[in-house]
Amino acid sequence: MTTQPILEVESLTLAAKSQEKLVHNISFSLERGESLGLVGESGSGKSLTLRAILGLLPRGVEQTGGTIRSKVSSSMVFQDPRGALDPLCPVVKQLTEVVYYRQKTTHKAARTIALELLERLGLPDSLRTKDRYPGQLSGGQCQRVVIAMALACKPGILLCDEPTTALDVTVQQQIMDTITSLQRELGFAMVFVTHNLAIAANLCSRLVVMKQGRMIEHGETHRLLRQPAEAYTQMLIDSVLPLPELEGGRTSWN
Amino acid sequence: MNTTTHLDPSLPESGKTLSTLRQIGKTPSLLIGIIMFAILILLALFIPYLSPYQPSEQNLSAFLQPPSSAHWLGTDQLGRDLFTRLLYAARTDLTIMILAEIIPFCTGVMLGMISGYYGKWTDRIISLITDTFIAFPFYLIVIIVAFASGAGERGIYITFILVGWIVFARVVRGLSASFRKQEWIASAQTLGLPGIRIILRHLLPNVLPQAVVVLMTDMIGLLVAIVTLGYLGIGIAPPTPDWGTMISDGQPFITTAWWLSAVPGFAVVYTGIALSLLGDGLADIWRKK
Repeated sequence: MTTQPILEVESLTLAAKSQEKLVHNISFSLERGESLGLVGESGSGKSLTLRAILGLLPRGVEQTGGTIRSKVSSSMVFQDPRGALDPLCPVVKQLTEVVYYRQKTTHKAARTIALELLERLGLPDSLRTKDRYPGQLSGGQCQRVVIAMALACKPGILLCDEPTTALDVTVQQQIMDTITSLQRELGFAMVFVTHNLAIAANLCSRLVVMKQGRMIEHGETHRLLRQPAEAYTQMLIDSVLPLPELEGGRTSWN
Repeated sequence: MNTTTHLDPSLPESGKTLSTLRQIGKTPSLLIGIIMFAILILLALFIPYLSPYQPSEQNLSAFLQPPSSAHWLGTDQLGRDLFTRLLYAARTDLTIMILAEIIPFCTGVMLGMISGYYGKWTDRIISLITDTFIAFPFYLIVIIVAFASGAGERGIYITFILVGWIVFARVVRGLSASFRKQEWIASAQTLGLPGIRIILRHLLPNVLPQAVVVLMTDMIGLLVAIVTLGYLGIGIAPPTPDWGTMISDGQPFITTAWWLSAVPGFAVVYTGIALSLLGDGLADIWRKK
């Protein structure tokens, strides 16, 4: 493709205050409307990389090398939807607030936009008449609110930090469907962090495989899945659990 | 694909006011605290209509009388009705107690939130100030200010504006710092909400319950301070009725008319218990949420 990348990460290195390196030399780029998956085991530095892009490194972690160039704004969808919402503020109010500050509208217009967004994300209509606290919504509904809040910023890049990990499997699929259809509609690019290779493979055209803070492999999803160059990637592929009946009865219980 | 169909359209109903009342009923400590405090406040409010006596009305022909039907709690050395005086004193002491907490509560909570939320040098400066104040014993400051500003309510107000906020600032700072690590604060920041907005609209409601519980306990301490100053003769000046001066006035007669000192002492204990039950009950309710 000839389009300019909207996000370029070049030999990014992150280190703790104790000089211990957490992320070594990560480089990748992202084009408009593209989805990139960051996969790897827990503690491989995926989330830290994402937070570095957002400029939200936790206290005690510093960027010690490399550059992050981004032409567009980005916003983030967090792993734990309940944790990402103020527990004592009703959800429509929270979303309206974000719309008000990011889109610089009047309060009334902000509320209208917020309600439209919630409807688009498939939240029940009853929120229109009666606002709810995050604790009164299910995990999946909360995650939809969080995605709505992220989209209210009209981001060029949506950063997703394991947005489906805290949800149960059926809700995971719904959220994935929602994200894909919204991406098709609104055309934002996406960096999707997950340890679940199956989800990343479904969603992303390119993958970056990380292990212990290093980028060990990257490339097109199909090529990577078919001919993994690294043993670790193969291991990740093997760790995707198949449904037993599809594998011809080779199960441990029969 | 229409995602709406997957979702449970029935959101839970929230009967907020009703459930709050029911929660109070289910928390005995809160219920007892509210009732005890309400009795005290109502008696203090309606004492002019309940008692035929004036708080400073002397009757030297009926001094140091034991409790009787005419004088429910007896009379003091000047023949003043103890029951009347006790409740007029409640008016004085409780009013000062509540008024003196307003400004320290507001500044303490605000500074605590700023300190915990912004961290770094802001936190270091505010913590330095609180730590400096903590180095001085509270009563030392109270007595110095009371002497400097002259006896009376003013000393209490000034002292409390000076040092009363510290306890709130410390508690709220710790809470805010822990909330700050939670994702919804980070989320609100990345979504572009201004810091002051996050503090006032999102952090404040979350730290307020704990701060109110601390307020209840702190009021007990303040009440004891008011009474102590009165007892030492540098608090509320006679003839304004006050529990502290009542205790010290009754002291010379402790062997013959012990109730003169014991009754106002009991009033302090009663108020203290009411406030701690209130604080404890509120903490119980908010912890469950």
